[in-house]
Amino acid sequence: MNQAPSQTARPRTYRLAELGLLILAIVVATSSYALVGLGVEGTIPANVYGYAAWLAVLGIAIHIVVWIKAKYADPVLVPIAVLLNGLGLAMIYRVDLGRDEYLGSGMTQLIWTSLGVVLAGLIVIFLKDHRLLRRYTYISGMAGLVLLLLPLVPGLGSEHYGARIWIKVPLFGSFQPGEVSKILLTIFFAGYLVSYKDQLVAAGKKFLGIQWPRLRDLGPIVTAWVASVGVLVFERDLGTSLLFFGLFVAMLYVATSKASWIILGLGFFAAGAVLASLYFTHVQQRIDGWLNALTPEVYNKEVGGSYQLVQGLFGMSNGGLIGTGLGEGRPNMVPFAESDFIYAAFGEEIGLAGLFVILLCYLFIFQRGIRTAQQLRDGFGTLLATGLSFTIALQVFVVVGGVTRLIPLTGLTTPFLAQGGSSLIANWMIVGLLLRISDNARRPVEEFHTGVLRITEDPEPVPAGAHANDTAASARTVDEDAPTTNLPPADSRVFDDEAPTTNLPPAGARPRGQAPNDTDATDQRPTGGER
Amino acid sequence: MKKPLTHIAVVGFVMFALLFGSTSWVQYVTADSLNNNPLNNRRILDQLARDRGPILVDGTPIAYSEPVDDKYKYQRKYGSDNLDPRAYASLTGYYSVVSGASGMERASGDYLSGDSDALFYDKVGSFFTGEQPRGAAVELTIDPKVQQAAWDGLGNQNGAAVALDPKTGKILAMASTPGWDPNALASHDSTEASQAFKNLEAADGKPAYNRAIGGNLYPPGSTFKVLVAAAALESGDYEPDSQLNGPATLDLPQTTATIGNSHPGACRNGGKPTLADSLAESCNTSFASLGMDLGEDAIAKQAEKFGFGEDLEIPLNVTPSSFPSDLNPPQLAQSSLGQYEVRSTPLQMAMMTAGIANGGKMMKPQLVDRVLNANTLEPISETRPSQMSRPVSGDTADKLTDMMTGVVENGTASVAKMGDTKVAAKTGTAQHAKGAAPHAWFISFAPADDPQVAVAVVVENGGNAGNEAYGATVAGPIAKNMMEAVVEK
Repeated sequence: MNQAPSQTARPRTYRLAELGLLILAIVVATSSYALVGLGVEGTIPANVYGYAAWLAVLGIAIHIVVWIKAKYADPVLVPIAVLLNGLGLAMIYRVDLGRDEYLGSGMTQLIWTSLGVVLAGLIVIFLKDHRLLRRYTYISGMAGLVLLLLPLVPGLGSEHYGARIWIKVPLFGSFQPGEVSKILLTIFFAGYLVSYKDQLVAAGKKFLGIQWPRLRDLGPIVTAWVASVGVLVFERDLGTSLLFFGLFVAMLYVATSKASWIILGLGFFAAGAVLASLYFTHVQQRIDGWLNALTPEVYNKEVGGSYQLVQGLFGMSNGGLIGTGLGEGRPNMVPFAESDFIYAAFGEEIGLAGLFVILLCYLFIFQRGIRTAQQLRDGFGTLLATGLSFTIALQVFVVVGGVTRLIPLTGLTTPFLAQGGSSLIANWMIVGLLLRISDNARRPVEEFHTGVLRITEDPEPVPAGAHANDTAASARTVDEDAPTTNLPPADSRVFDDEAPTTNLPPAGARPRGQAPNDTDATDQRPTGGER
Repeated sequence: MKKPLTHIAVVGFVMFALLFGSTSWVQYVTADSLNNNPLNNRRILDQLARDRGPILVDGTPIAYSEPVDDKYKYQRKYGSDNLDPRAYASLTGYYSVVSGASGMERASGDYLSGDSDALFYDKVGSFFTGEQPRGAAVELTIDPKVQQAAWDGLGNQNGAAVALDPKTGKILAMASTPGWDPNALASHDSTEASQAFKNLEAADGKPAYNRAIGGNLYPPGSTFKVLVAAAALESGDYEPDSQLNGPATLDLPQTTATIGNSHPGACRNGGKPTLADSLAESCNTSFASLGMDLGEDAIAKQAEKFGFGEDLEIPLNVTPSSFPSDLNPPQLAQSSLGQYEVRSTPLQMAMMTAGIANGGKMMKPQLVDRVLNANTLEPISETRPSQMSRPVSGDTADKLTDMMTGVVENGTASVAKMGDTKVAAKTGTAQHAKGAAPHAWFISFAPADDPQVAVAVVVENGGNAGNEAYGATVAGPIAKNMMEAVVEK
């Protein structure tokens, strides 16, 4: 995304590219839907035009919202989300047709899709600047934690297949609050880490050639670990536990640049893994079912055996390189082919080639998210974009790794593909947030001045602009790695065409330590007028 | 935050790289082995919808598919009017909608289902004629009369019996008891089928083991003395009339333990029997000292030449038989009597017998005679006899044949006498656990001057005779009936 070397030139918006990709995505999704009908029933489903129209209306609607409200947003996010979601709908419909009794779950999923797209649109419309979210750091944290623990409330939570991660909602059926809570906790981690990173960076003892953090700063990571283990023990949900801890450690590392946190994180993870495998039978079963999956004893075990995993593998191997064709395989032999094992269902019917496309789609989302994080100038935004895109990558890794027997199987949903409303809604919200953040990242300064910034707060007194530029330049030469100074001062933009344009003052304007608890406060301060 | 961000990006890319790798691993690299995994009932579902070829014995189907009106379209059935499916279960195996396939149903699965590349021209043919492609018929080498003799002889005793054509390696009979009925496992009702599978797994005496080629293997007992005698003759230092040391009890070096004979007193010739005498009366003390004189290497090498330790597919998988290593003299003495940790399949002992019968040329055992087009019964492929190894010289083989004939004529195996037909044999009564009745063994071939059949029979824990069991009395009659089924036809 090269920026024009001159301030007057606008960065390209790529809206037409988005429209083109979007149409392609809708065509592919609709064709898949039609092929499923053709494969299973021998005829194209009667409602295929209505289906295509609905998908097109949703896609075009979010496209128009983005065009008007976030025109610099990344152009591949929406088409990829629509494509994955559309493919998922086709496969859910396919698995449904393969059942003895037709449940109409494709339609339910389409309703959830609509709801998700609407939420993403609302986020783009009403969240004018992602930095506003920072105000809700602690509320998000609390809400995220409550949602995460909600399934434990007697009478409210419900247990399926050993894991207690659902809640019963009247009219809606069951809902997995953990999916939404991962967004809230990402916001919390971003806000919290940006505020306390200086403290967390502070060096403790040196040992084994590595600068370890101070003991008293271990609080957050221990808390995150305890919470993750809590989820594992009380909700018996290996996947969510892994996801949250991984997410936290990754964000902690990005915030502090300190490898010692990673080492600590891995150490905690290892300790948790060892403890869990020693004391919890459901974890032991998962590991046994993973290592000895193909032995008849484990395969035939009624509870905690490897039947599902191995059936998934058989389905995938049956698909081979190009698959049996949509509607031509036997995905229904795998329990939960429409949700947990939808990846295997795709593997069987669209083959290795199709799975590569799906993986590439996820990889694209991740890459665009990280790219956005790199373009951003505010630490909060960087962390948020990193966290949101990393959750998707990590979740895909845990699910697909589990299904392909790379790692033990855990119960997470495949983003956008798997049947399940909570997951779909959460992932569309992530898309909405990434759209907003990526728009901010690439939005030229001039447009910012007239728009969003007026509504942002300015909690800190504004230092003189000249002074700020000065210190920034020196701070940058002194300490490349200082968390807030790695960005060039605003003026240097002219020389550095990789740097995104911004309305923000140089990040390192204030010497470090001046406001240790809120080093990013400057992010929210308009400076354009001073130039 | 730029640098750690790059690192996180790298972590993400590595995670995706692993996923691309693991996905390719499942869908491409290991796809074939997963598709052919015995647990893979998906393959079976595909195949069930096709007309699977029959398994034939002497032209009669012992496993075949019949059209039915359910989602699987064809029902697999076992046995026929005069062929008891239980007698053939260890050969056919099962073909189940829930548990996959076993036995020949699995080993020849590609032919039966029509997936084999060897059937390519047939498939092209049916493509042009518009016929429903049909799996090929697999005809076994089994001779139903011999199989029936083995099955009847074993009766309600646990054990196994194998008969080979020494000149071709064709397996004429292979029975394993207790038998079981594969029809129950072939049920299309998945609950019934799983229950049948569980019953089979849990049944007394582990019927699911094909004892002739697998399961917990048996110590071969005194039948192993034939192999030790072969090693002695091959060494060049011994002849059938070489005198050995055969006292009433033999003190073993390094321990206070002794070895005694199965009959009280010293062996023939006042404790100085010849090698041939020793085999005829199955003298323990002389073979124990012979084994110690020959040494572990010589016996182990001879065992290896006869096929011990070798993986074999007939095409059923045969568990390799084993001779222990790093033995001290007492262990070597025990091993020379086919005790201690010597373990053998009945097929292995039959192969050894057949190798001697065939002048020292051991043929590869074969269970598939021909693969036929199921519609026209035209042969698609025929199994040719192939030599597996040359365990002993022709000269040694002749001497061993003479010595084994002596076992029948003036030794422990007189039970196998068959009128004018000369028979060569060796008995075995293998101790395998303290207090447990011994396994009764019998190996033999006939006619000794023009061998048509070589047999190995084992009856577990003495069968109905219990502690009173000897190889000759319990296993001998079974072997004799099997040989007669071939020779007198």
